[in-house]
Amino acid sequence: MSIPTATAVDTKIRIRGLSKTFTVPGGHVVTALEDFDLDVPQGQFLTLVGPSGCGKTTFLRMLAGLETPSAGTIEVNRGTAGRPENSMVFQGDSIFPWMSVWQNAAYGLSVRGVAKAEIKETVGHYLDATGLTKFADTFPHQLSGGMRQRVSIARAFANDPEILLMDEPFSALDEQNKTLLQAELLRIWDETRKTVVFITHSVDEAVTLSDRIMVMSAQPGRAKAFIDVPFDRPRDVLQLRHQPEYGEIVYDIWSQLKEEVEKAKQQADERVISSKRGLFRR
Amino acid sequence: MSATVEIAKVPPVVRAAKQVKQRRSVSKRTLRVVSVMSPLVILVTWELLSRVGVLDARFFPAPTLVFRALWDEARTGDLWTQSQHSLSRLMIGFVVGAVPGIVVGVVAGLSRVVNAAVRPIISGLYPVPKSAIFPLFLLFFGFGENTIWYFVATGVFFPVVINTYSGVANVAQIFYDVAENFGARRGRVFWSVALPGAMPSIITGVELGAGMGLIMLAIAEMLGGVGNGWGYMVWNSYQLFRIESMYAYLLVFALVGMLLALIVGLVGRRVTPWIARH
Repeated sequence: MSIPTATAVDTKIRIRGLSKTFTVPGGHVVTALEDFDLDVPQGQFLTLVGPSGCGKTTFLRMLAGLETPSAGTIEVNRGTAGRPENSMVFQGDSIFPWMSVWQNAAYGLSVRGVAKAEIKETVGHYLDATGLTKFADTFPHQLSGGMRQRVSIARAFANDPEILLMDEPFSALDEQNKTLLQAELLRIWDETRKTVVFITHSVDEAVTLSDRIMVMSAQPGRAKAFIDVPFDRPRDVLQLRHQPEYGEIVYDIWSQLKEEVEKAKQQADERVISSKRGLFRR
Repeated sequence: MSATVEIAKVPPVVRAAKQVKQRRSVSKRTLRVVSVMSPLVILVTWELLSRVGVLDARFFPAPTLVFRALWDEARTGDLWTQSQHSLSRLMIGFVVGAVPGIVVGVVAGLSRVVNAAVRPIISGLYPVPKSAIFPLFLLFFGFGENTIWYFVATGVFFPVVINTYSGVANVAQIFYDVAENFGARRGRVFWSVALPGAMPSIITGVELGAGMGLIMLAIAEMLGGVGNGWGYMVWNSYQLFRIESMYAYLLVFALVGMLLALIVGLVGRRVTPWIARH
């Protein structure tokens, strides 16, 4: 299939022929991602949706430099010197329990040796933006799940990366908190309009946040379809859902996704059956 | 009428409000009083039974006599001399055991190669009863202070190294991922992730190590031929049949053990302020 390439805007991330294979215990080779191409324009909020096990997280970890590709290239057009290339908001609890909210949010900056005054200003700003100012000296165990994920977001934004990577950051939250945090994320993101690669299971979340959505196929993960989300920015999370196009886009994505989700389920079933056979063989 | 259908009568279920007898809440103060009273009751009973002769006063001297003996030891200055010897041995042995324990534990927790090398040695030596190897220490180091330091250190080392290792090894991978993603290098990863992540476990190791150190001290002073210290005083009093003074030094061991646990607990809470406590 042809890959929609951004011509008018600068390409921030260019990915060509990316593959990742794992050898799982037992000696089987699993192909998580195969011959994967993608262009992400500067400043785009791109969301990847796909069935479980389609290699979304593996892809993001390769972008983050936490995982090495088996084949292919990831090219990032770097901007100003001195800024980090990417920062990741991880899935689940990832803020350090032994650091206060402030120390957590300042982590990237202090690792980079940024001047104290600048850390104070930047961290102060993002704690303010996430409503955490009065919890600056609190340790994470005293915070709710939603608050902890806000710290994680503040930590990534405060580091001022060129690319923001988000791996299902809200998946552990309840629906109401999720909506609140989506609105906050949009508001903070609007200040800087960084390039974002976001992963989610939730089609609603994808439509609410993104400029463009990539639907991924079941394993091995490939780009199945791209869907543009035409809503203006800044967006109002609630107003958005009121618009007629909203339902259409959601429907559109679901119809692309349905087949892949079924395929992924079949794959999972087969894995269970073959592991049972393995038991009997022994 | 013959068509009347007999319906089995089941009495309706009624869940009405009623006075629920609440589980009596016991106040904190009451609990504290109970905690103080229970040992007191034992002491008073012991005192009475010993005084009236139900307990053989030669083997179970009345607590008041034990306290008197302890007071005598303190008054003559003996207690302080013995304590100086024992405390310095405990301190030196503790440091000589705990510091390498933490260092080896951290390195083994971070490096799979070091772990593979160190693990069989530690799991091989750990199950050997520590008291059984005291003759070996005498053989190696002779009668003297060195022997006691190394013996105490050995007892402290094992719980510290084992707990430190498992603490470092069990820090969740995601925290290392975060550190890497935010550009932390080796030294930073150690100070900001590995060490604080393992700290609660390290403190547990130090707590257990301190208790073990006291056991080792008693054994070494009894058998090491140094002629002083709390352990020696227990043994010597037993041999001279000065049973009150033997009890007095056992009491010293108990108090020192409690004090050690208290200090380690306080320091532990200081260095891990992020742990939820009630």
